Amino acid sequence: MTATLTRREALAAGFGTVLLPATLSAQPAQRPAEFRIGVTTFLSGPASVFGVPSRRACEMLIEQINAAGGLAGVPVRAIFVDEGPGTDHLVGEIRRLVQAEGVHAVFQSISSGSCLACTPLSRELNKVMLLWDCGTQRIFEENRYDYAFRTQGYATPEVLAPLLYLLRKKPDIRTLAVVNQDYAWGRDSWEIWKTAMDALKPGVRVVAEMFPRFGSTDFSTEITRLLALRPDVVYSTSWGGELVTFIRQATERRLHERTTFVLPVAEASLQILGRNMPEGHIIGARGDHWNNHPAPANPELFRSFVSAYRQRFNEYPIYPCHHMAQAVWALKAAVEKAVATKSGGWPSDAELAAAFRGLTFPTPTSTITLREDGQGLEDQIVGMSHIDPNFGFAVPREMMRYSAAQVSAPVGQKSVDWLKTLTPAMVQQAGTAL
Amino acid sequence: MRKLEFLLALALAGAMIAAAIAAPWLRFVLTIALAKGIAVMGILLLLRAGQVSFGHALYIAFGAYTVAFLAPRLNDAVLLLVVAAGGAALLGLVIGLFVTRYRQIFFGMLNLAMCMVFYSLLEKLYHITKGSDGIRVEIMPVAGQALDRIAYEWTIFGIALALAFALGALLRLYLVSPMGEALKGIKTRETRLEFMGVPARGVLLAAYVVSAGVGGIGGALIAMTSRHVTPLLSYWTASGELVFIAILGGAGGVLGPFLGAAAYELIRVYAAASFADAWQMILGTALLLVILFAPGGLWGMAARAIGGRSR
Repeated sequence: MTATLTRREALAAGFGTVLLPATLSAQPAQRPAEFRIGVTTFLSGPASVFGVPSRRACEMLIEQINAAGGLAGVPVRAIFVDEGPGTDHLVGEIRRLVQAEGVHAVFQSISSGSCLACTPLSRELNKVMLLWDCGTQRIFEENRYDYAFRTQGYATPEVLAPLLYLLRKKPDIRTLAVVNQDYAWGRDSWEIWKTAMDALKPGVRVVAEMFPRFGSTDFSTEITRLLALRPDVVYSTSWGGELVTFIRQATERRLHERTTFVLPVAEASLQILGRNMPEGHIIGARGDHWNNHPAPANPELFRSFVSAYRQRFNEYPIYPCHHMAQAVWALKAAVEKAVATKSGGWPSDAELAAAFRGLTFPTPTSTITLREDGQGLEDQIVGMSHIDPNFGFAVPREMMRYSAAQVSAPVGQKSVDWLKTLTPAMVQQAGTAL
Repeated sequence: MRKLEFLLALALAGAMIAAAIAAPWLRFVLTIALAKGIAVMGILLLLRAGQVSFGHALYIAFGAYTVAFLAPRLNDAVLLLVVAAGGAALLGLVIGLFVTRYRQIFFGMLNLAMCMVFYSLLEKLYHITKGSDGIRVEIMPVAGQALDRIAYEWTIFGIALALAFALGALLRLYLVSPMGEALKGIKTRETRLEFMGVPARGVLLAAYVVSAGVGGIGGALIAMTSRHVTPLLSYWTASGELVFIAILGGAGGVLGPFLGAAAYELIRVYAAASFADAWQMILGTALLLVILFAPGGLWGMAARAIGGRSR
C-alpha cells in the first residue's frame, strides 16, 4: 500500500511541476538565463548505435561551448528525448519540450518517419527545429517550413555521390543487385539510385531486388542468391548491426571477391567491423567528415574534435556525431548572427529562424550553407575501403569530393524528377579527386 | 457503488479537463490516453471471458489507417469515426470467425499473428502506405465545421471524452446483460454454457466484434490526434501496451481502462522526461508493483478505497 501511495504522490508532484512553468509562456524576447535545446535521438532500439554516440557528442560540445562562454553569452543546456517509443509518443514529447520545458530550439530526429511527423509541429509551435540527422527528401520537397532547417545533406546527394563514384571508377558494370532493409529508407534510397542509374548509365541490368526484413540477423538466402547471380555490383544502404552482419556473412562466403559492394552508409559500421571489412569496396559517410580527411578546411578544429571525442569515449566519432556537431555549430552561428542583427538584443523565435535562412556556417572540414528552402548543402566524400594500420579499421582512399550543389536537386524540384534529367556526361564532370 | 463509480468517472474527467486547460501539451497526451482507454475497454471485454488478445493493436492501426486513407476523400472527423468503427468491426467479424475457435494462449498468439501480418502489409506495400515513413493526417472539419488548430484539438479531446463516457456506459450495460454474464461463463466453465443452450462461440464472437469496433474508434482518435500514422501502431509492442494498460487499470470495471491509460501515458511521459535512458524500467517497475500489491489494478485499489467490493 505504501508503494501505491508514493506513486500517487509522485504523479501529483509531477502535475504540479508541469503546471507551473506552463503558465509562464508568451513573454517578449528577453535574454534567457539559459538556452535550452530539446534533442530527440534514439536512446533505445537498434538505431541507438547512432543515437548514443550523437548524444555524447552533443554533451561534449555543449560543455565546450559553455566553458567558452556559451551562445552569445548564454549558457546552453540540452534535454534529451528518446525516439524509440514511436511517433505518437514523440509528437507528444516535442509539445512537452516546447510548451512545458520551454526549449528555445529543437534538434530532431534520426528516423525519417519521426522527422515527417514532427517537422509540421515547427509551424504550429513557431519554434526553430533543426533536422540534425534524418535523410528523407520528402521533408523540403513536399512542404515549405519557416522554422525548420536541415543542417546536413540528405538522401539524394548521399546516394548520388556513391553512384557517380562507382560509374567513374568502374565504367563497365553491367549487372547490379540491391540488398536494402525493408522500410522507408531502404525503399527510398533504392528508388533514387535506380532513377539516377537509368539516367547516367542506361542499360545496367538489375538482377535482384532484395529487401530483407528490417532487423534481420541472417542473410544466407540473399548471399546464396548473390553468389549464384554474380552481379558486378551489390548496392546496400543498410546500416548499423545489420550491415555488420551482412558484411561478415558475405565475406565468409567470399562474395566480396567477385563483386563490388557500394555501401553509402558504411562509415558508422567500419569501426565495429575492424579488419573484417574487405578492401576495395565503395564506402560513403553521409557527408565529408571522414576521420582520415586529407585536407579539412580547419585542421586544428577537426583534430581537436576527433581527439576530444576519442579521449572521452575511447572510440572515433562516427557520422551522427558530426551531424550533431553541425547542428550545434549552425545554432551557434545563427544565434550570434541574430544577436548581431539586433545589435546585442535577444532575438525572438521568428528572428532566430530568419537568421538560419541562407546561413553559411563553418564545419571543421568545409562550410555548409542552408539554402532558401531550409536544406543544408553538405559536400559528399566517397572512397574505396582500405585498412589503415593507423586506425585499425577501414577508411577510404582514392577519395573524391562531390560538392553539394552538384549532387542535390535544385530548390523546388522533386529529387526523382530531377534525377531523370541527368545525362551520362555528368559522371566525368562531377567530383574532384582529393 | 454505482453512483460512486459515476462520480469517480466525473472526477477523473474533471481532472483531465483541468490538466488540459492548465498545460496545453498535456491535452495531447490525455487525448491519446482517452483513445487508448476506449480501445482497452475491448480488451477488458475479452478478459471477462478469460481470453487475452495480444493483437488488438491491429484494430487500432486499422482505424488509424482508415482515417489516413479516407481523410482526403471524406474529410469529416465524425464520418471517419463511424467508418473506422464499422470497418474495424467488420474486420473483427472476419478474423473473429476463426480466432474465437481457440482459447487461452492459442487465442492470444493467433491475434498476435494477425496483428503482425497487418504490420508487414503496411511495411511491404510501400507504394501505397509509404512504409515506415507513414502518412500525415491534416486537420479536418468536424461535423461540417472547419476549425483552426486549437479548436480542433479541443474538439477531438471533447469527442474522445464524450465517446469514453458513452461507450463506457454502453459496455457497462453489455457486461451486466446476459451476453456479458455469459462471458464470465466462458472463463469459469465453457461446457456448462453449452449445456444451458448458450453458444459459447457466438458469445465470444459478439464480444470480439465489439472489442474490434472500439479498437477502431480508439485508432481513429489516435490518428486524428497525433496526425501522423505509422506501421508501428500495429507492431506487437503496441498490442502489449494495451494488455499492459488493461492490467495496470484493472479488469473489474469500465473505469479501469481509463485509469490505466491515463496512468500509463503520464508515467511514460514523466519517466521519459526525467530519465530518458531508463523510462522502460520505470514503466516495468510500476506494472510489477501493481501486479504484486494490487492485483485488481488501479480500479481495484480505487474500488477498495471508496469502500465498495472490488472484483
